[in-house]
Amino acid sequence: MGVAEFFQHLMNGLTLGGIYALIALGYTMVYGILKFINFAHGDVLMAGAFIGLFVFDWLRGSAALGVWTIIAFFLAMLVSMGLSALLGMFIERVAYKPLRQATRLAPLLSAIGVSFILSNGAAWAFGTRSRKFNYPFDNTPITIAQVVITPHQILILAVSLVMMISLRLFVNRTRMGKAMRATSLDQPTAMLMGINVNKVISMTFAIGSALAAVGGILIALDFKVYASMGTMTGLKAFVAAVVGGIGNISGAMFGGILLGILETFGVAIFGIPTGLKDTIAFGVLILILLIRPEGLFGKVEKEKV
Amino acid sequence: MTLLETEKLTRAYGGVVAVNKVSFAVEEGLITGLIGPNGAGKTTLFNNITGLDVPTRGRVLFEGKDITAAPAHKICRMGIARTFQNIRLFKDLTVVENVMIGRHFKTGKSESRGRFFNAINSYIRLREEEEQIYGRACEWLDFFDMGGMKDELAKNLPYGKQRELEIARALATDPKLLFLDEPAAGMNPQETDHLMAIIRKIRDLDITVVLIEHDMKLVMSICDTITVLNYGQKLAEGTPLEIRRNQSVIEAYLGKEE
Repeated sequence: MGVAEFFQHLMNGLTLGGIYALIALGYTMVYGILKFINFAHGDVLMAGAFIGLFVFDWLRGSAALGVWTIIAFFLAMLVSMGLSALLGMFIERVAYKPLRQATRLAPLLSAIGVSFILSNGAAWAFGTRSRKFNYPFDNTPITIAQVVITPHQILILAVSLVMMISLRLFVNRTRMGKAMRATSLDQPTAMLMGINVNKVISMTFAIGSALAAVGGILIALDFKVYASMGTMTGLKAFVAAVVGGIGNISGAMFGGILLGILETFGVAIFGIPTGLKDTIAFGVLILILLIRPEGLFGKVEKEKV
Repeated sequence: MTLLETEKLTRAYGGVVAVNKVSFAVEEGLITGLIGPNGAGKTTLFNNITGLDVPTRGRVLFEGKDITAAPAHKICRMGIARTFQNIRLFKDLTVVENVMIGRHFKTGKSESRGRFFNAINSYIRLREEEEQIYGRACEWLDFFDMGGMKDELAKNLPYGKQRELEIARALATDPKLLFLDEPAAGMNPQETDHLMAIIRKIRDLDITVVLIEHDMKLVMSICDTITVLNYGQKLAEGTPLEIRRNQSVIEAYLGKEE
């Protein structure tokens, strides 16, 4: 494999991984605070993609590709982030909060229920056919030093980078971020230190869901929008979160990118058939659980949310 | 003046009545002791006052305001702090960081400005704010003679110091009223003496203290007034001298002579 080819696969892996990372953050943040896996997270991603699609199509109308379509795309993304955040907060309030004192299995089952309601609700409301999310720009690939990059890939890298840096700043440098860290360390004690834990939990769901919406839209540009789109993507992002060390923000970012790169390289170098691509993620999951169950960043770095 | 009182507070878990119609008052500026045999409902009463549990019946009044069933973080912000029977520090943070968390909600808020202004302002002035918090936290550590340990991890402190650190963290929220749940549990005599001196110093800062304790030497020598619970009910209240002579209290602790 030549250098150019290596960088080509690396580029493809990074973009796929960037999306996994965005989605994995939602799993990991919720786990960090509530110690439970929000299995409805993948379906919030689907809802975000649908919202983004509808708002974008409505804003765009029949305009030709140009500056306006790009603006419309980002507006649609913002609207989708906002509405998905509300959806995430609503789900938490209705399906998880009443179960906070219940056994740990109860909210997990509730999450699976919410997941079915969302994906079947979407199939019922919007049909089961997949819809195309048109590129808001001309997606003709450009070649930089023999590596072919699509504008879509550049968009993915830029957006996920901005999101991850903002999240880091938020968690490390704002009062709410500090409250989140304290809550993840010890909830009742944080409460007694005057921290509004309910607000922190709501905020966690809002941020996770907004990031999932972005991930959903970015994926939809390549793979269309359909009611069950969140299932497999959600599962893989969950694997990424576990690989990185669930509950750990840096771990989720790293795990997502690692998983993206492994998937691309697995197909390209080890000749794993494309149809079996999904086995890579779950193979990695099994390996990690056997060798280092706490995840790559599990105990090394203490910062959690 | 009465700072806090409970009115016929009852907490039942199914058929078990852990606290039964207890009316308990805390006078401002005093050290109040809450004693009673194991299972008498002392910690349950604390939990129901500090918002970790919700009373089945009855009311809790703080400075005349009804705070029954208010969430714990609001009760904390009103000026009630507490510590736990089993130590609940942020174990993997340093000593000073533990105390800093107690000041979390105290900084960067200007009452006259809106939330948006406060959020932006606190982001810009982050370093300055952190320094203020750090400074105040260090003052509290000095109060406990723990200034030299501020960069140790909380879990590495000796047991007695961990208990005191928990009190320091509670004090960092600037409470008017401090609840201590068995502060001397597991301490050796020297540590207990140091703790007694600290509790007196806290009272001298005009902070009212309520403590649950089994160490009778500590209770009898520093409490101004004592309330005794038994089987969820109030058995007696009075000065240490009165409690020591109270026949029903002696029976509750030692059993009845046949």
